[in-house]
Amino acid sequence: MDIAEELLKGNRLALSRAITAIENEYDDALDIMKKLYPHTGHAYVLGITGPPGAGKSTLTDKLAKAYRAQGKTVGIIAIDPTSPFTGGAILGDRIRMNSLTMDEGVFIRSMGTRGSLGGLSHKTADAVKAMDAFGKDIIFVETVGVGQSEVDIVKAADTTMVVLIPGMGDDIQAIKAGILEIGDVFTINKADHDGADKLVREMNMMLDLDGMMTDWRPPIQKVIASQNEGITETIENIEKHFQYISNNGILTKRRTERSKNEMMDVLHNNIGSYITKKLVETGEMDKYVEQIKARETDPYTVVGNIMKSMLK
Amino acid sequence: MEKRIRVLVAKPGLDGHDRGAKVVARALRDAGFEVIYTGLRQTPEQIAEAALQEDVNVVAMSILSGAHPHLFPKVVNLVREKGMTDVLIIGGGVIPETDIPALKEAGIAEVFTPGTPTGDIVDFIKANVK
Amino acid sequence: MSNEKIQAGLDKYNASVEKATAKFPERAHIPEQRLYTPLDIKDTDYADEIGFPGMYPYTRGVQPTMYRGRFWTMRMYAGFSTAAESNKRYRYLIESGATGLSCAFDLPTQIGYDSDDPISEGEVGKVGVAIDSLADMEVLFDQIDLGKVSTSMTINAPASVLLAMYIAVAEKQGVPADQLKGTIQNDILKEYAARGTYIFPPRPSMRLITNIFEYCSKNVPKWNTISISGYHIREAGSTASQEIAFTIADGIAYCEAAIKAGLHIDDFAGRLSFFWNAHNNVLEEVAKFRASRRVWAKVMKERFHAEKPKSMMLRVHTQTAGSMLTAQQPNNNIIRVALQTAAAVMGGTQSLHTNSRDEALALPTEESVMIALRTQQIVAYESGLADVIDPLAGSYYVEALTNKIEKEAWEYINKIDEIGGAVAAIEKGYIQKEIQDSAYKWQMDVESGAKTIVGVNKFQIEEEPPKGLLKVDASVGVAQCKRLADMKAKRDNEAVKAALADLKKACQDENENLMPHILNAVRTYATLGEICGVMREVFGEYEAHVNL
Repeated sequence: MDIAEELLKGNRLALSRAITAIENEYDDALDIMKKLYPHTGHAYVLGITGPPGAGKSTLTDKLAKAYRAQGKTVGIIAIDPTSPFTGGAILGDRIRMNSLTMDEGVFIRSMGTRGSLGGLSHKTADAVKAMDAFGKDIIFVETVGVGQSEVDIVKAADTTMVVLIPGMGDDIQAIKAGILEIGDVFTINKADHDGADKLVREMNMMLDLDGMMTDWRPPIQKVIASQNEGITETIENIEKHFQYISNNGILTKRRTERSKNEMMDVLHNNIGSYITKKLVETGEMDKYVEQIKARETDPYTVVGNIMKSMLK
Repeated sequence: MEKRIRVLVAKPGLDGHDRGAKVVARALRDAGFEVIYTGLRQTPEQIAEAALQEDVNVVAMSILSGAHPHLFPKVVNLVREKGMTDVLIIGGGVIPETDIPALKEAGIAEVFTPGTPTGDIVDFIKANVK
Repeated sequence: MSNEKIQAGLDKYNASVEKATAKFPERAHIPEQRLYTPLDIKDTDYADEIGFPGMYPYTRGVQPTMYRGRFWTMRMYAGFSTAAESNKRYRYLIESGATGLSCAFDLPTQIGYDSDDPISEGEVGKVGVAIDSLADMEVLFDQIDLGKVSTSMTINAPASVLLAMYIAVAEKQGVPADQLKGTIQNDILKEYAARGTYIFPPRPSMRLITNIFEYCSKNVPKWNTISISGYHIREAGSTASQEIAFTIADGIAYCEAAIKAGLHIDDFAGRLSFFWNAHNNVLEEVAKFRASRRVWAKVMKERFHAEKPKSMMLRVHTQTAGSMLTAQQPNNNIIRVALQTAAAVMGGTQSLHTNSRDEALALPTEESVMIALRTQQIVAYESGLADVIDPLAGSYYVEALTNKIEKEAWEYINKIDEIGGAVAAIEKGYIQKEIQDSAYKWQMDVESGAKTIVGVNKFQIEEEPPKGLLKVDASVGVAQCKRLADMKAKRDNEAVKAALADLKKACQDENENLMPHILNAVRTYATLGEICGVMREVFGEYEAHVNL
């Protein structure tokens, strides 16, 4: 089947296969993306991040249902860590969204980080585009917010929501420091647990002290996702943030920046792999490596020569 | 290329005995597969749809209640109807030997009965995923 | 002999065997210490920790005379297909000398769905009997005198409904509720943690359970209102210590819920019963039974300040370990079950179900069930194991092991207290994760050969597939649906509607005891699915927590 063509016709299997092609870096992935690209740019992308156990999947489930009730179609990309030792992963987010499976307006895809941390944000962005081209109105990207790559992933979203829970002890200090700047909207889940109010106070204080304050002061909403409490308010917060970035030209700026990043990503990837392929084919790769190892030359000179010969 | 074998582990039917399914899920992860675990009480329709959205290579099901003659073939048919013709579908649980030929006839690639080492399941998947 | 002398002797012994230290690579799991002496229990105070049967802390048994008074109840879990078929099996068991009934329900019944619900497809009558309404219950107990028999029902999420049906059948037989003897499992926490047949979220589930405690203390006083079950936790892969620790933690949660609802501990604690697994390691199991009684007695006395002795007694039903049955060489299972039976009896169980050899393959045949029941009778009448009370007491090893399991259980109970109790620990997935880790370790030990299972990873043979397994015909589902449709056509549908509306209103009022309203609905022949449907509407459904 012509994956891109079928995807644009609304074939769910084609969407699924397109994401596989992106994830596995199949040869046809580039062609698919080329065909899909003109059809992207319509979806609103919501990044959801936070520490493990914060209830991100349950929250995503409830938010998705609320958007469905508004008649919007939803795509969800749920990312879980791949084991660095075995390369395997348990992708367990879906289990909390089982009741969405039979809703034709929802498409959920689980992805493992697969060790290629640099490539992950790029792959996720392409998977988002595939869902966008498919016609999804809202696309959730859910990921554990612990590393730089995850931060990169959510930074590509229009709105980034950070989910925290009370009672996380000292860990929270480090996490809070790392996520303050990326959160457009904060959600305190499991707000019926002890320490929720204290956490809200702390967060408020940290946000007020934050020197980088813009006109947008990230709201903090208490939620009990499992009981559907605070969902409406959370959606209002997302909506307000959307209004804010739309009215201030920030959305346009972010999307311009994203387009630039996309182009640069593709550029780096393509040039990198083109040159590598050539060097391997001609046997120059081994030759250069040997010379560098023997200190006959250095990597800087080598790359300079390559650039001169290949990119003139 | 960064291909990984993706497996959907699901429990169709109503029985809550997921010890085996969970042990298998972990063993498959440790063998380097990506495992999507969907848990208890999944209808055949849910399993087939999840298999489609996740574009898995393998659907692995476990039933201990005796509902396998009804539910396993139903999942096979639904998955095939969705155009996923090359997905490997395997089953396990308390399944009498005498039921196995009919299940294989219905498209279940292999049936793993109690006492099967998880390594056998891993090997089977590696050998049979296209 | 003084401890010094024993120590000197032990040192000499250890020196003499040092070089001969046997290595059993294939038995990596055996205890490190090869020999136990009085030194291992020198700190155990006999009067405080071991004591006497029928006396606190009940380490040696809950009744003063134990099996010198009467044997344990030989209770065989049975039920499949239709009510009429199961009724036949029950009467066969009673004629064969079984002294109690134990009802197995099919999965739709256990999860509160009628047989004609689409989700029930393929499951009707499979793992137990299908009960849709009072009409089925009447057939199930036809010609069985509910005033005489004691009936255990493995039913949890909809326990209130099945109990109401039982009470209604008794009414029709002319047996008043205060004469009824039996048990409902009614243990929802282990469903979340290990067995999986839950319906409602924890809060309304705990309310239903306390409603039953309260109703029965007034109206069905001989009924065991809950069987707090470690069996399924063990089946899901836990260790012996985890089995009793998680179960006692569940028991604590039930007591706290009942007390919060305004009940006094001594008004309901005497009707709490437990359910243990009898696993393969005989001496560890005996120690587990003994340790569990001691822990529970201390919990009731020190934590809940119970005063009645009955409140402090851990009375236990036992089932041999289903997960230890092998599909390979199924006759070997007879031997496993015999050893497990020995463990349960030396552990001092109050009642026992023995599994049949073919249950790793299918539901048991009548012949297999007979062998399983005979196993109990041989242990009771021929083995001598039931001749004296708590025969392994004083064994250095068993006493030391009892102490060790007790200690491990307390560590878990304290940890669960820190998390905020069993309900919180289950919601966080802590208990599930601990069980899964143990299950995974067990499986890896079997696969690496560190643990030997005869016929599975050692001493295998080529086998012919077993013949003559019991199969539940697929037509059972069709027939049951027709019965249901016929019943619905005959009943007074207006009365059903009114009763369900009344039940819904009661569900919405947290202070209302639901039992009378459920009983009301059951009497109109409202179905299990209809009643649970009303409760689903008000209470919602539980969503599982999985952390692999």
